[in-house]
Amino acid sequence: MKQVLDGNEAAATAAKLARVKVVSAYPITPQTTIVEKLAEFIANGELDAEYIKVESEHSALSACIGAAATDVRTFTATSSQGLMLMSEILFVASGLRLPIVMTNVNRSLSAPLSIWCDQQDSMAVRDSGWVQLYCENNQEILDTTLQAFRVAEELLLPVMVCFDGYILSHTAEPIEIPEQAEVDKFLPVYKFPNPLDPEKPVTMGPLGVPEYYEEFRYMLQEAMHASKEKLVEVDKEFKKRFGRYYGLIERYRSDDADVILLTMGSLSSSAKEVVDTYRKRGEKVGLVKVRSFRPFPVKELIGALGQAKAVAVLEKDISLGSAGGLFLDAAASFINVKPAPLMLNFICGLAGRDVSPLQIKEAVRAAAKAAETGKVRRAVRWLGLREKVVGLKV
Amino acid sequence: MKVEPIEEELVAPGHRACAGCGCILAMRYALKALGKDVIVSMATGCMEVVTTPYPETAWRVPWIHVAFENTAAVASGIEAALKVLGKKHVKSVAIAGDGGTADIGLQALSGAIERGHNFLYICYDNEAYMNTGIQRSGATPYKAWTTTTPIGKVKRGEDRPKKDLPAIVAAHGAPYIATASVAYPLDFIKKVKKAAAIEGPTYIHVHTPCTPGWRIDESKTIEVARLAVLTGSWVLYEIEQGKLNVTFKPPKRRPVVEYLKLQGRFRHLTDEDISEIQRAVDEQCKRFGIG
Ligand SMILES: Cc1ncc(C[n+]2csc(CCOP(=O)(O)OP(=O)(O)O)c2C)c(N)n1
Ligand SMILES: [Mg+2]
Repeated sequence: MKQVLDGNEAAATAAKLARVKVVSAYPITPQTTIVEKLAEFIANGELDAEYIKVESEHSALSACIGAAATDVRTFTATSSQGLMLMSEILFVASGLRLPIVMTNVNRSLSAPLSIWCDQQDSMAVRDSGWVQLYCENNQEILDTTLQAFRVAEELLLPVMVCFDGYILSHTAEPIEIPEQAEVDKFLPVYKFPNPLDPEKPVTMGPLGVPEYYEEFRYMLQEAMHASKEKLVEVDKEFKKRFGRYYGLIERYRSDDADVILLTMGSLSSSAKEVVDTYRKRGEKVGLVKVRSFRPFPVKELIGALGQAKAVAVLEKDISLGSAGGLFLDAAASFINVKPAPLMLNFICGLAGRDVSPLQIKEAVRAAAKAAETGKVRRAVRWLGLREKVVGLKV
Repeated sequence: MKVEPIEEELVAPGHRACAGCGCILAMRYALKALGKDVIVSMATGCMEVVTTPYPETAWRVPWIHVAFENTAAVASGIEAALKVLGKKHVKSVAIAGDGGTADIGLQALSGAIERGHNFLYICYDNEAYMNTGIQRSGATPYKAWTTTTPIGKVKRGEDRPKKDLPAIVAAHGAPYIATASVAYPLDFIKKVKKAAAIEGPTYIHVHTPCTPGWRIDESKTIEVARLAVLTGSWVLYEIEQGKLNVTFKPPKRRPVVEYLKLQGRFRHLTDEDISEIQRAVDEQCKRFGIG
């Protein structure tokens, strides 16, 4: 059945189809309509779940932890400041190996206060032991959220499904809604291996003494690595059942490309159009989209980018004092690898600033020049920066 | 109500609590009152640390620690899950120290009580952040020494009165609130049983001396806790459906100095300080109808 849904409705619909039993969330723009929609589903009896109207995001995730550990499927959603407030507890959720699924509707961070889209929020918590998947359209949001529960529950890892605020969250598209019966076959009943249960008492979240802590972290890292294969396996099964497949990365006209754009999220769609205009002129420009940022698809990127001459990483985040997060990981993927493409980083589209085709072309041109000369003059640049405002001479 | 604490020790011996720890006694008594059909969520603090150095645990009931300030939120999630699973016989019980309750955890506690979850919250009050080395909390009493309220040339100990947490919880309209003391175990056990049996958010605040933090002798824990009650410094009461009931009235109130003088944290007090504290205690007792 097709329905016209915006990104937030797609996320809420996926949570409903997953038959989540405890929802615990706190409103924040642009995530708010997810919690409203879920409240509506529950109020109408369309979703049989407890909805904990918590007093903060810190408590939202804490309550999810309590519920997930007591053996029920949980869901939460947030954005920006909310994710920052949760950040302490993000690490606890993964450390306790609780398969919580969360939507993060990407929004920039204060200060200055901004409710508009970029990916600084989820990028800031990339080290928290959560699988991070970035979506490009609303169908992908629904599908990825359903897949997220499977991956989370099979590997005991929390999963964060990220998508761009407004650009996806508040833009409606016709999307295919799977049948409940089919989803039930895809997603078995939640079962946590050692839940909190008086019949069989367990201690969770003990004091981790130095003799053991490192092993816990190692095992978590191993699970993150294993999640790569699991994501692919679940994706393939999803395709069999529902006909759609996404992959850890997507290669778009990149196989023979000299210059490749590397992107994440909705920016990929605009960049693909730019690629098409170059291809029409016979120029070898392509695009690779990262869908799974954690686990980071090192091997896949080496395969997809290795033959290019230059890669332009376009991203809506910045690790202040260093470079963009996607760029850093992409560059590190090639650390002991030859041949390796030259790499350029373009910080763009912060706090909802539009990234125009012209700007994307500017990045392509810079990368093409690097490919031609074999040199990169400035690795990290800002696209669409108003130079005068920051006191730069134009 | 007849009090029948169970024989079984659900908080096992062999934990790492200090000799004479008042808090671990409160854990033991609480579990004797609750029995095994509970899920305990515990805040970061002394009790969490001394009972669960991996791979050991003192807990013979399901137990979870998540962080310092969110125990009431974790307990909310557990309660919601228990509801979903239809496990009506299992109680969600949150336990936190005075710091985890009065200060950093107050918001989560307020939210959970206001939402009306069916859970019991026990605050064990040793009147400072003991786990991190005796720093003051909102529950530290007036004039007490702690490492962040040192006795200096211009400042001499804690300069603010103790935060009245049970009153704050009472303002939320919780159906049952009680204070207790480890020196009165049967009273404490009875209150825990009562609270656990009530459907809705209930709160117990138990006074638990800390030997290193209060600078008291290991053998004096109970004596000090009892003197807190006998001097009227700590009042044992319950508030049931908004109705106050003082559960123990000291027959003849002892002067507060008897309580203070056993504790090194009050060693620096002048006669004037002691008179000031006595006046505040008198005032408090008047409010509770204690002579
Ligand atoms: C967010 C955060 N801030 C600070 C700490 C450090 N910390 C751990 S326990 C503790 C004090 C606990 O005090 P209280 O709740 O009174 O329990 P007690 O140790 O006295 O039993 C502090 C400050 C922490 N774990 N988390
Ligand atoms: Mg304390």
